[in-house]
Amino acid sequence: MATVAAVIASTHHPFYYRASTSTGADRPPFADEWVAKIEAFRATLTRAEPDVLVMVGSDHFHQLWLDNMPQFLVGKAPFFDANWYNEEREFGLPRMRLAGDEELAAYLLREGLDAGFDLAFSNELRIDHSVTCPIITLRPQADLPVVPVYTNIFAPPMPRPERFVALGRALRRMVEAWPSDKRVAIIGTGHLSLELGGPRQFGPHGPDPEFDRKAVAWIANGDVDGCLAEVTLDSLHAPGNATHGFMDFMLMMGAAGNGVKADYTDSLDLFHTMEAYFTWYPEGARS
Amino acid sequence: MSKYLLNKFLYTVDRDPELVERYRADPSGTVDWWEREVANTVLNCTAAEKSTWLAFTGDERRALREQDHVALFGMGAHPFLTLTLFIAMFERDHGPLEYQRAYARAMEHIQLPYPDIAT
Repeated sequence: MATVAAVIASTHHPFYYRASTSTGADRPPFADEWVAKIEAFRATLTRAEPDVLVMVGSDHFHQLWLDNMPQFLVGKAPFFDANWYNEEREFGLPRMRLAGDEELAAYLLREGLDAGFDLAFSNELRIDHSVTCPIITLRPQADLPVVPVYTNIFAPPMPRPERFVALGRALRRMVEAWPSDKRVAIIGTGHLSLELGGPRQFGPHGPDPEFDRKAVAWIANGDVDGCLAEVTLDSLHAPGNATHGFMDFMLMMGAAGNGVKADYTDSLDLFHTMEAYFTWYPEGARS
Repeated sequence: MSKYLLNKFLYTVDRDPELVERYRADPSGTVDWWEREVANTVLNCTAAEKSTWLAFTGDERRALREQDHVALFGMGAHPFLTLTLFIAMFERDHGPLEYQRAYARAMEHIQLPYPDIAT
């Protein structure tokens, strides 16, 4: 059976690429600290020696649109071109191409459907920064095949938080039961409190530092029950109008396991939003 | 109310570099052209397979013509779409993050709960 080499949850900050590659007067004052934190976080994936990456993210109205909107979708293709014109324009993100793992994608689709998740699929998916940001931060050589799993955290009506946790648990079970000798890292990215296009955007911190503090503690402690007791589709409006992206963190808490503390936790308070990084090693801590 | 159509305008313009420039240079002309030629296009279908029922209300058409992001927010247009497109059009005229912060300041009077964005 396959091995879950690591479970990793992270924010995906589209400004990281530009901040980390800029020089001279263009380099923001927080760039060096940010790069140091990312390099330490990257080492937690490298140490796990993965062969393939399951990448949980969310399309930002690039390929998935309101005329045909899936709630959960698995990309099954030999390749995924990545990043879009408007991400190049606004964030300076490079065009990329990642290899896919069709065998694992087909397996997750079959097993997921049989487990009660009516997963949509795509055989030609151009992925966006929700998947490429963690490639840039965690595996910049982009040399491993991926299986993208897209969730709808963007266009109501959305699945409830409980459903994200359940899908995370199912992904973990399915990967562990995959008849393969590969080492699989399950990586997912979302947001802490975040406001986009509203009055609280681009402040000196995230829009709700108190929510961020609680969220980091829920994730770091694997406190799924505590998190679910407070977080609902309605409650997520209060910390910021784009905070439903936190449900991808909840999915990853499901994948990590109830009550399982993260082996690695870090965060960085930036303007606009807080960064947070978590790694679990299901096999036990790796040195 | 046709939040879907407002979003469709923002989405189709934002993803097309030529339309971004056209909407910046000629807001009213672009909105009128778009409503006439694009509003009823079913994306991902051939041109002949059009819808027949999509149209802006007067307020929606005005908000788009006047590039009024506060009004669009009030109508429940998806804030991510509006923000992304407006940054594309207007960030270039300002210093770093100046436009994004002014965009937020113009909305300071808006309290929770925000307008519903469900389509």
